[in-house]
Amino acid sequence: MKYEPLNLGRWILWSATALLFVAAPHIFQGGFALTMLTQMGTLIIFALSYNMLLGQGGMLSFGHAVYSGLGAYATVHALNFIGKGQIYIPVPLLPLVGGLAGLAFGVLFGYVTTRRAGTTFALISLGIGEMVFACVLMFPGFFGGEAGISTNRVVGTPFLGLTFGPAIQVYYLVALWCFLGMAAMFALTQTPLGRMANAVRDNPERAEFVGYSTQHVRFLQLVLASFFAGASGALSCINFEIVSAENVSPIRSGGVLLATFIGGMPFFFGPVIGAIVFIFFVVALSGFTKAWLLYLGLFFVLMVVYAPGGIAALILMQLQVIRAGRWRELAPAYALALLAALLALAGVIGLVEMVYRLSEQGASTVLQVFGLSFDARSAPPWFVFTAVLAAGLAALRVTARQADERWGAIQLELQAKAAA
Amino acid sequence: MEFFLVQSLNGISYGLLLFMLSSGLTLVFSLMGVLNFAHASFYMLGAYFAFQVSAKIGFWPALVVAPLLVGAVGMLVERWGLRPVHKHGHVAELLFTFGLAYLIEEAVHLIWGRSAVEYRVPAELDGPLFQIMGSQYPIYRGFMMLVSVAMLVMIWLALTRTRIGLVIQAALTHPQTVEALGHNVPRVFMLVFGGGCALAGLAGVIGGNAFVTEPGMAAAVGPIIFVIVVVGGMGSLAGAFIASLLIGCMQTFAVSLDWSLGGIKISQVAPVLPYLLMVLLLIFRPKGLMGTREG
Repeated sequence: MKYEPLNLGRWILWSATALLFVAAPHIFQGGFALTMLTQMGTLIIFALSYNMLLGQGGMLSFGHAVYSGLGAYATVHALNFIGKGQIYIPVPLLPLVGGLAGLAFGVLFGYVTTRRAGTTFALISLGIGEMVFACVLMFPGFFGGEAGISTNRVVGTPFLGLTFGPAIQVYYLVALWCFLGMAAMFALTQTPLGRMANAVRDNPERAEFVGYSTQHVRFLQLVLASFFAGASGALSCINFEIVSAENVSPIRSGGVLLATFIGGMPFFFGPVIGAIVFIFFVVALSGFTKAWLLYLGLFFVLMVVYAPGGIAALILMQLQVIRAGRWRELAPAYALALLAALLALAGVIGLVEMVYRLSEQGASTVLQVFGLSFDARSAPPWFVFTAVLAAGLAALRVTARQADERWGAIQLELQAKAAA
Repeated sequence: MEFFLVQSLNGISYGLLLFMLSSGLTLVFSLMGVLNFAHASFYMLGAYFAFQVSAKIGFWPALVVAPLLVGAVGMLVERWGLRPVHKHGHVAELLFTFGLAYLIEEAVHLIWGRSAVEYRVPAELDGPLFQIMGSQYPIYRGFMMLVSVAMLVMIWLALTRTRIGLVIQAALTHPQTVEALGHNVPRVFMLVFGGGCALAGLAGVIGGNAFVTEPGMAAAVGPIIFVIVVVGGMGSLAGAFIASLLIGCMQTFAVSLDWSLGGIKISQVAPVLPYLLMVLLLIFRPKGLMGTREG
């Protein structure tokens, strides 16, 4: 018998997550919020499955959309077969179809990609991604070419009275699978395979000496990850009722990498945060500005340089301080740094929006930013925003260093207290 | 026969262009261990800079100025972007350059718009160079070959015959020893990174008007040069050279051949061929054509 105390914190956390999934559409009401929530649920599974490679296995993949996209294609054909009455699968079980398709392709491509690790793995995954993308455009009969294949999710006999016509039913389907997927992937991190994946990531040589084939461990990890990726592809197919070449595109693969890294790849729950932030950027911000990809890219690069642990690491750094009840000492320094950051951000936004207006043909060069109206062709706004940016950056340099020093000092004291 | 001759010349000129790109990538990779994901973005920057500069002062000055500008951008990126990330390891560096590729593409969207720009072959290089059995061969293709070969010879001379070249070669294998001898190795890194970017920029200057200058050009050529690096063997210049010519010729022939196999035309399969080659090579010879490392 193993000594296993009841992990109360973990039970509370998972129950709270489940409650949040149930309550979310009631907290954030309206059709737009529901679309965003559904997409978040789908991306959470996808990002978590990606993190099985990057965070847990140390495999930087540039072609993960292959598995989700091919899973989605399998689902769309299954849905169309159901629609014609040739087969019957209840719609809620379709993610299994997508998952199994993803898994099958994971076995096929994973055999090639996982032969190598590190940078070479990254390049090969990129090559496989490009290859599949090119193939999808090459065989329009099965893949529908650029336009893709559309379908109808309201098919067959309703399952337990659910037709999955209304968006809210789709949300709960996604939420259920998302929760199951999260639980399953968390459970996988606790298995010997999950542990060995960590070992292979940290020190492949020692893992070999313990008696494991690193290639085999990488292969298994990738195959399992591609199952969940395929399931997420199936959910997105049910949600959007269309699957096109875009689903397997390198842009998708890059997107899930961005989401996972921004959230925080060293932590299990990091990609969950990342998926939420990413959908916010893609769905909400893209409605405001056409330069949203630039902002997303800037955000990503800043995270790589200054916070390689992602948002999750930033949160965990504060949790310790809050637990020790010393948050108040940090608050003023953080407030100042935040102000400086907002100032710099205002400068960046002003400059980017002006450049964009000047380059776009036919667009009005008169901008309305921050409640002000001005012409991007005149010189003054350029000087003002450059000055704002410079002032913001200078202030940020000072305030960020102060906040960092304060945090470091508190951290040292806490460590000393813990040691005593 | 004439078809074969003209297509081989086209393939070789395309292959040489690819080698200008992959050689910079390989040099930076073997020196710093960084795979510059944004390498093709510097190629695109070269084309756009050349478009902008040649509109002002003509094509010939742009041939020199644009690569130098791209090299300067590359050095700035290395000094202020890549060097601070170095302590987080190679994955962080790769991710940084990945984000950089995003940023450069978006910046190009913002500044030059989403459609292709009018970057043309200069009038004095427009026209046929010679005729082989009735089919014409354009001057510009010959010019591309000339520039690529001249550049490669210069790099080879610089790497083997000059002092800084010897320092770079030494830093490839023994960075600590070179540093102990009093050379500033980080500055060597910066120079090589900038040099690699300038090389990509030059490829952009001569490739941008031969093909098309548009925001998608980086994403189109990027994966191909990564495939070349893998096929040639990571970090091997000779391997990159062979792989560049191989893939350049393969692509040119595949696009122009009219054969079909089981209802699918060879020209349709062309975009997939480099990746298929990579997959096959990885199965039968995992270290690449001339590679030395297995892991």
